[in-house]
Amino acid sequence: MVIPYARLLGLEVEPGETAPTYVMPFAIDVVGRPSFLHGGAIGGLLEMAAVGALKQALEAEGGARIKPINLTVDYMRGGRDKPTRARGTVTRLGTRVANVEAVAWQDEPERPIAAARMNYLIVR
Amino acid sequence: MTDSDTPAARAFDPKLLFGGRFGGHGGRLGIVYHDHGDDWAELALPYHSDLIGDEASGVIASGPILALMDMATSVGVWRKLDAFKGHATLDLRIDYLRPARPGQTVIGRGECYRITRSIAFVRGQAHDGDPNDPLAHVAGTFMAVEGYW
Repeated sequence: MVIPYARLLGLEVEPGETAPTYVMPFAIDVVGRPSFLHGGAIGGLLEMAAVGALKQALEAEGGARIKPINLTVDYMRGGRDKPTRARGTVTRLGTRVANVEAVAWQDEPERPIAAARMNYLIVR
Repeated sequence: MTDSDTPAARAFDPKLLFGGRFGGHGGRLGIVYHDHGDDWAELALPYHSDLIGDEASGVIASGPILALMDMATSVGVWRKLDAFKGHATLDLRIDYLRPARPGQTVIGRGECYRITRSIAFVRGQAHDGDPNDPLAHVAGTFMAVEGYW
């Protein structure tokens, strides 16, 4: 987790059995309208979580390169001035395409602030 | 809070509002005002090493492009209204047509093609020099908590 963009978001990683959890602290660098998280920062965090989950799943198969095809984000609640967590779930890992979901939350995982669906091309 | 109906009171000039620059996350990414029309706005995201998502190639991460398009479409709504109204992104879908070229400024154009009292429908494209060779395409919706009018 040393890519420059992850540093810009201030991300920390908590390893997990199926997928890592990414933690984004609240900071001026990720604010949109005053005292709320920027939708783009939330989307970026969800994307990092989706990539992290997919890479972990691919490592079990010997690894592969991935290319993002698209991303759809649903914003459910405003992101407030507290840490945000996100974790991805690989819903299908095919030979050429992977479908991944990711959820972001602040207090309890069952009250998400945003969720995303992503499709990736897998280059084996 | 009531909006006067005189054009002068309602005119929304994104360049004046943001002074060409944005604060918070947009400012950290380096996003600046580029251009606007009646129902659209263009913002620019200059290349910077802090935005890199793949260090081997120097290609920027897709997150900053999503943030750029979120903001460009949001400003597009305010242009359509010709007024600033607090709203939140309801959903945003982005297709990544190709990677952005390292070193190139990305231009994001966001358009509001339909607006109702509570929902604004937006679409947009991003390119890095040639509008006919886009690198991303977006569609989404915004919601005004207090209503757009």
